Amino acid sequence: MTDMSTAGARIAGLLHERHDEIVRQWADAVTYAAKGRLTVAEVQSQVSEMYGALAKLVDSGSRDLQVPEAAELRAVLAELSRSRARRGFSPSETSIAVLALKDAVQSQVDTSDAGLLASFLWFSRLVDEFALFTFETYSRAREELIVEQGEQMMELSTPVIKLWDGVVGVPLVGTLDSARAQVVMEKLLQTLVDTGSAYAIIDITGVPAVDTQVAQHVLKTVMAARLMGAECVISGIRPQIAQTVVSLGIEFGDIVTKASLADALVHTLRRSGIELVRRAQRGEA
Amino acid sequence: MYPAAAPQQVNLVPIVRDDDVVRVRQAVRTAALAAKLSLVDQTKLVTAASELARNTLIYGGGGRAEIEQADNGRKRGVRVVFADEGPGIADLELAMTDGYTSGNGMGLGLSGARRLVDEFDIDTAAGRGTRITVTKWAR
Repeated sequence: MTDMSTAGARIAGLLHERHDEIVRQWADAVTYAAKGRLTVAEVQSQVSEMYGALAKLVDSGSRDLQVPEAAELRAVLAELSRSRARRGFSPSETSIAVLALKDAVQSQVDTSDAGLLASFLWFSRLVDEFALFTFETYSRAREELIVEQGEQMMELSTPVIKLWDGVVGVPLVGTLDSARAQVVMEKLLQTLVDTGSAYAIIDITGVPAVDTQVAQHVLKTVMAARLMGAECVISGIRPQIAQTVVSLGIEFGDIVTKASLADALVHTLRRSGIELVRRAQRGEA
Repeated sequence: MYPAAAPQQVNLVPIVRDDDVVRVRQAVRTAALAAKLSLVDQTKLVTAASELARNTLIYGGGGRAEIEQADNGRKRGVRVVFADEGPGIADLELAMTDGYTSGNGMGLGLSGARRLVDEFDIDTAAGRGTRITVTKWAR
């Protein structure tokens, strides 16, 4: 234990003594690694902040990131990794921001001083731990980002649109898994209530493969809409989908299906008593 | 030999999570395109693969799909193997019946998939896992 604290003390002294040189060198290395994506001022403020928090931890003689004294450093490192993860830095570009400190300190170490060298080794292991922590926070931030984007995409990709007074349309695009099917159903049912629509058209032109799961979700949505008194039409059934659905043995029962959204719209308009008439050409009548 | 696709190259896709089913579908579609299957045949094979991959996940407790180009000397095609080390299927005849399901699906996945492909081979027994091989040939 005493070894450790003396080891820490020697390097702590150096960190204070050579503060300006180390910070400058560290900031230079980080700026270079950022390849112009960060301004010099940005890097300098990040680096000085990290350096301050780190010097405090080294002063305490602890090499553990879990102790209360390390809370400030942990927060600074976490913020750095998160902002870099969001700005599209790679994992190695992120951890190099921490690891570059080693080189900066090493250049200030007098290699003939065995005691200081040992102290530097101790410090080096400490920096490795910081880098690992940075890496972990980075991956967590990336995972959060992916989940977030997935949710955004789900919201974006399931619009319910008004096609006509009393007719709403749901264009389905991509994979219809259970989670999305749930979102689609909720949105459609809510829109039916909000707009007082009596007809809904579910368009599956953008669904690449209609398997039993997709069919089951669509059928459930149609049934739910029916319970609310709305009539559903399924459109966008392409030839290859029709043949596949028949081979699979899926039956749509008495649900109206149409090849195109236009056909479905005409069908619903007719059902609601609207006649579409082409205006007679001038001079014809 | 056909110069376009590397023969005997097996594309192994693990089936562990929900989105792996999507990955299997995409890999099968790519293989079907490479084998020059028609649009209808592509869609049929991809749909069959979707059903079988989901069965592997739900009933087999996860497994893998092996996708490869097939060639019988006269025709090209795509062969996909779905394998799991799950509980296996005790009553195959019942499982292959339209509308029968031990879960909460439509009961058409296994029987429907058989109708969607040209060759369908199933090797299973209770406690021994399940291995299904399907092949679709280009016309």
